[in-house]
Amino acid sequence: MDILQSLLNGVLLGGLYAVIGIGMSLIFGIMGLTNLAHGDLIITGTFVCMAVAAQFVGNLWLSLLVTICVMTIVGFLIQHFLVNRMLDKGAEPALLVTFGISICLSNALLLLFGADARSIQSSIMSANVIKTEFYSISAVYLLDFIAAIIVIFSLHCLLKYTYFGRAIRATSDEIGSAELVGVNTKKIYSYTMCLAMVSAAVAGLLVGMTFIFYPSTGTQYLIIAFGVVVIGGMGSLVGTLLGGIILGLAQLLGAHFFGAGYQLLAGYLVLLIILTIKPEGLLSSAIRK
Amino acid sequence: MLKGGIMLEVLRLNVHYGDFQALHNISLKIKHGSIVSIIGSNGAGKTTLLNTILGFNKPTSGIVAFQGEKINAMPTHKIVEQGLTMSPEGSKVFQKMTVKENLLMGAYLPKARKDKEETLELVYDMFPILREKAEQSATYLSGGQRQMLAIGRAIMSKPKLLFCDEISLGLAPVIIKDIYQTIKRISQQGLTIVLVEQDVKRSLRYSDYSYVMLKGQIVLEGNSAELVETEVKDAYFGVNKYAKY
Repeated sequence: MDILQSLLNGVLLGGLYAVIGIGMSLIFGIMGLTNLAHGDLIITGTFVCMAVAAQFVGNLWLSLLVTICVMTIVGFLIQHFLVNRMLDKGAEPALLVTFGISICLSNALLLLFGADARSIQSSIMSANVIKTEFYSISAVYLLDFIAAIIVIFSLHCLLKYTYFGRAIRATSDEIGSAELVGVNTKKIYSYTMCLAMVSAAVAGLLVGMTFIFYPSTGTQYLIIAFGVVVIGGMGSLVGTLLGGIILGLAQLLGAHFFGAGYQLLAGYLVLLIILTIKPEGLLSSAIRK
Repeated sequence: MLKGGIMLEVLRLNVHYGDFQALHNISLKIKHGSIVSIIGSNGAGKTTLLNTILGFNKPTSGIVAFQGEKINAMPTHKIVEQGLTMSPEGSKVFQKMTVKENLLMGAYLPKARKDKEETLELVYDMFPILREKAEQSATYLSGGQRQMLAIGRAIMSKPKLLFCDEISLGLAPVIIKDIYQTIKRISQQGLTIVLVEQDVKRSLRYSDYSYVMLKGQIVLEGNSAELVETEVKDAYFGVNKYAKY
């Protein structure tokens, strides 16, 4: 019953992929910007979380709180001082700025932490929540999935029911009309980046607990985020979860049937197939016109 | 502010798009409590003028002053905070939101937000169809209903001065009449309104004062009741004594 195990792990891992992708989806959906630094920002979150836990607080959850604050500030500064100024000049200059940030971050991490492989140690890492003859559910994977649901559900409520969330949606929908009702759309962009960075901090901790990481693994997660967002559709929250699960399933089923070496290939094949038949993504909210 | 005082003053406004000059030395005054119409054909510069007053375009020279304060260096959302807003051309409602969410979005500013329930009732009374469709997505509204929603959204921000850009464009005459009568009623409650229109007859009938724009200039102005329709039409089309522009 190995296949049951692969299915289970695929779905649970999909949750992690969704958290990785959601920040990127948010930024694209709201300001039409592909944030090429998203993967490196996640890994920065991982390193910050690891360092804070090891050096200062000693507790991962407390460390996550600190990381969220740090990343929110970093996100605000990046958006306010760099990206917002570039967005006036068009999408391409802003894209290049995010590329530059990506290079700076991965090199800064290399300088500070060295090139060694790391992992975040925690007692739940080797634990299984359920273990039967046929399958087991690892605590880390379950945590990944639960975190994904919580992040996506909170974002949904925020966007749907608060004035701040409505302002974000209004800005992505009709930016001119948003200004006409008094929304400072530049500020909304900055706050949206902060939200994306909260999700990146959570993703960072989960990635660190689930896999080993290096300063240069950011690109790998950028590609996963791309995959999730492309499959699910840019700017759709449920689509992001679905995209994550499909990518996770494709990878683990690919590994199950063809061997571990084919895990990544299988994931991207599915991505290509979906791009061919439904290029706007499965649940695209078609926010951008 | 006293009725009849100057609410908005535009002084020698020039606007360029690159090398092209879109507005030439525009000056106008809008009195408190009045309905003013800006008439002109397609491309006469009406929308450019509105976009400049509301901060979407920056003028090359000239002044826009609202209640005596210069506003032309402010970003749009700051200008809206002062009490100006617009129902934009083509209505531009938030399509991903329900009708009610659109209206509540109109009350985004703190000063509007605290009275949002009352203003919402007011708007629903003005346009009962919006109450009926409150929970529906704005995508499913007809053109006329969208226009009502855009006006309603603007009113939700409790403006002192409301610009309506081409609200009759593409609508059936009976719906246009309905919307115009509502606008007249809103104006009687003390709101100053600027109508931007291509329809000469209707503009003159519903406004107190009119400006006619031609090729980025104001070529004719006067009390709407005193303006002669044939002369307005000459100015509109740029013929006879207006051919020199």
